[in-house]
Amino acid sequence: MSENISHWRTTLQTELEAEAISVNVRTTEATTIQHWQIAGEFWLRFAQLAYQQDLRWVAGWAEQETTAFVVHACFAYQGEYLWLSTALHTEKPELPSQAGIYPAASRSERHTQDLLGIHFTDHPDARVWLRHHAWGKHDYPLRKDFPLQGYPETITPPDMDYQFVKARGAAVYEIPVGPVHAGIIEPGHFRFQAVGETILNLEERLGYVHKGIEKLAEGRTPEALVHLAGRISGDSTVAYSWAACRAMEQAVGIRIPARAAFLRGILSERERIANHLGDIGAICNDVGFAFAQMQFSRLREQWQRTQADIFGHRLLMDSLIPGGVKVDLSPADSQILLQELKALRKELDDTIPALDLNSALEDRLFTSGYLSPATAKTFSTVGYVGRSSGQDLDVRRDTPYAPYDQLDFKVIVEQQGDVASRVWVRIKEVFASIKLLRQMLQQIPEGEQATSWHSPAEHSTGLAMIEGFRGEIISYVRFDNNNKISRFYTRDPSDFGFLALEKIVLNNIVPDFPVCNKSVNASYSGHDL
Amino acid sequence: MNLLIAIMQTLLFISLAPLLAGWLKWCKCYLQNRKAPSLLQPYRDLLKLTHKQPVVSKDASWLFIIAPYIIFSATVIAITVIPLITVDLPTAASADMIVLVGFLAFARFFLVLAGLDVGTAFGGMGSSREMTISSMAEPAMLMAVFTITMTASTTNLSFAIEHILQEGLVLRPSYIFALFALILVAIAETGRIPVDNPATHLELTMIHEAMILEYSGRHLALIEWASQLKLMLYGVLIANIFFPWGMAETLSLSALGYALLAIMGKLGVLAILLALSETLFAKMRLFRVQEFLSFAYLLGLLGMLSHIILEASR
Repeated sequence: MSENISHWRTTLQTELEAEAISVNVRTTEATTIQHWQIAGEFWLRFAQLAYQQDLRWVAGWAEQETTAFVVHACFAYQGEYLWLSTALHTEKPELPSQAGIYPAASRSERHTQDLLGIHFTDHPDARVWLRHHAWGKHDYPLRKDFPLQGYPETITPPDMDYQFVKARGAAVYEIPVGPVHAGIIEPGHFRFQAVGETILNLEERLGYVHKGIEKLAEGRTPEALVHLAGRISGDSTVAYSWAACRAMEQAVGIRIPARAAFLRGILSERERIANHLGDIGAICNDVGFAFAQMQFSRLREQWQRTQADIFGHRLLMDSLIPGGVKVDLSPADSQILLQELKALRKELDDTIPALDLNSALEDRLFTSGYLSPATAKTFSTVGYVGRSSGQDLDVRRDTPYAPYDQLDFKVIVEQQGDVASRVWVRIKEVFASIKLLRQMLQQIPEGEQATSWHSPAEHSTGLAMIEGFRGEIISYVRFDNNNKISRFYTRDPSDFGFLALEKIVLNNIVPDFPVCNKSVNASYSGHDL
Repeated sequence: MNLLIAIMQTLLFISLAPLLAGWLKWCKCYLQNRKAPSLLQPYRDLLKLTHKQPVVSKDASWLFIIAPYIIFSATVIAITVIPLITVDLPTAASADMIVLVGFLAFARFFLVLAGLDVGTAFGGMGSSREMTISSMAEPAMLMAVFTITMTASTTNLSFAIEHILQEGLVLRPSYIFALFALILVAIAETGRIPVDNPATHLELTMIHEAMILEYSGRHLALIEWASQLKLMLYGVLIANIFFPWGMAETLSLSALGYALLAIMGKLGVLAILLALSETLFAKMRLFRVQEFLSFAYLLGLLGMLSHIILEASR
């Protein structure tokens, strides 16, 4: 399989050579990732060629090194990743935008532009993205000369002059929603243009939960970085800590003990189940079917209480450390978890038919919020949003990492692309995760919980991907000379979820937006960083 | 004496409405395997709201402030017309069923204006949806009412109920149609699932709640209380028109007490049925509400037709 896939690399390389674009190829620790370096002027051309090779745009970020800005982009074809970098002058950093080819790159480039001051020329959307007047016009917080504590002035002025897309015409009206919402959810602004109840356009304005994760990570020790990564998005704490750990472990070149990998797998699958249970109930609640919400909240709560009993934290925060895990599982606890799986399975067998057979629920969920496979692909959607629209992507299978390389599981892919499909993909993933958990709990090997850490070489880098419950999380680290972090970036699957949401709601009616939104359940915190 | 009883009956109605809301909540919680709040919780909520300072937007006009009082009073006037425990009271003769529908429409008119008044997107959205729904609910309601008035040959609710009481148990197809029509209308008018979700926090899906989002303090208390009254009003209408047995025909204390127990029992059962349907059904898509209400209208029409065809000649 790998040979067939690798074919695109050779083709791409030949095409680049034909155009006299020189590529500096570096193989990384992980065989599935290749690091290519090209000159900045070919940045756009590369994207065009990559697009022809059907590569998926995965992530984009940048950093300031001692003498230059380095801009990175990551592409993938199935499970193989291509990590592209280019160095820019510090004086006037400019780069052609790839967003014209890959719309998924748009917000990421605006993010880089706002935080590092790297200008992307010919960007289809020149507005600011994360900047909400919090910094001076020429202050770029991710630059090394910007102090960590910022320049605390008075209160940040209101963000009044953002130019939303306007619809014109008779009976067209605008509905501003948020950033503060009635429910206990994160802040984000939605601007609808609607005629009657039909949504003509939805525009998101995010960045209200910008916590400066990237800046806060600078100068941290590996342990402190994992601690921070676990707080990027609270519901994915295991996945994020794992992604940060894997990136750092790659940079250092250490392999974690098999037992630690299994424990991470167990924690991660438990996190997936907990979130999916919560989501299934919440989606039903958004169409006024409170019964499901109550049942699934109860299941999730019991699940999390077990986690508190056995692992010491309801959401499993701070269970991972660089090189392994902090928690352990006694045989007796394994038995408890296996019993719980059986009990959950039984509960679900009782509850799921109640959803399946409810025609009122069916009427609301089927055909609402349709995301076509083509749109899903355009916006690089991953996770359940992508998989319910035919995007057959799952890092656990495509780029296997321990323990998933030793386990047997099925990736659930559907083609319908509506809200119902996103519910059903979740339901099936819960069952798949139950099977995975059973395998892991039965096969978990004896051994160490963690391997000892050693300082990496100066400027070691690591790029890792983890399948969180929302989908593929990308994590990048670079160390300085002192076992401290010099750059940390993560790309949350929500980046694509939010892009897809703007298309999902088109031609739906305004009151169906909440359920469409919930079916995507993108993380504001993970997106804003 | 009669006037005193009429006033007592109205006060009883006003004071019992939160209890019905509490009981409904209790049933829903029970059906969802939850622990229910106390039956008295709606009273506590109302009391709490009256203690709070109302926050009024600087864009609000006088209309916004007087609307809660108008809505509450109009609803109270509407309930004076409705026989709760006994028929043939002086207040009942003051207005007939068509005026009753008019009182409710009057309250709604001010609610809708108040929703529009502050100029928020949600208020306007709620008002627009409320008018859409009421424009279909009111004809259906009148149609159901006409079916009943045709049998009793009066549009006065009290006389009609008296007529039904005296006639005893007669199985009328027209009443069955009218009953179902009225139930559907009641669900839509009181903003229950599947038409509206009174428990939601999602502004974009709201109808009734969207209009009152800007209200707080005693203003909100009055509107909440008025919607509890409205819920009970429809409950009493359904219970007393179609199942009037147990109502006091004389004004003796025992008959009145017995009638009170009877109506509380009837409302209790209706609340259980409503809670059941709210647990079983999801909210429907906004644009299906018109099918729902057209169906209610059709039932009302069928009721009237079956009255003319099957019953009137006798």
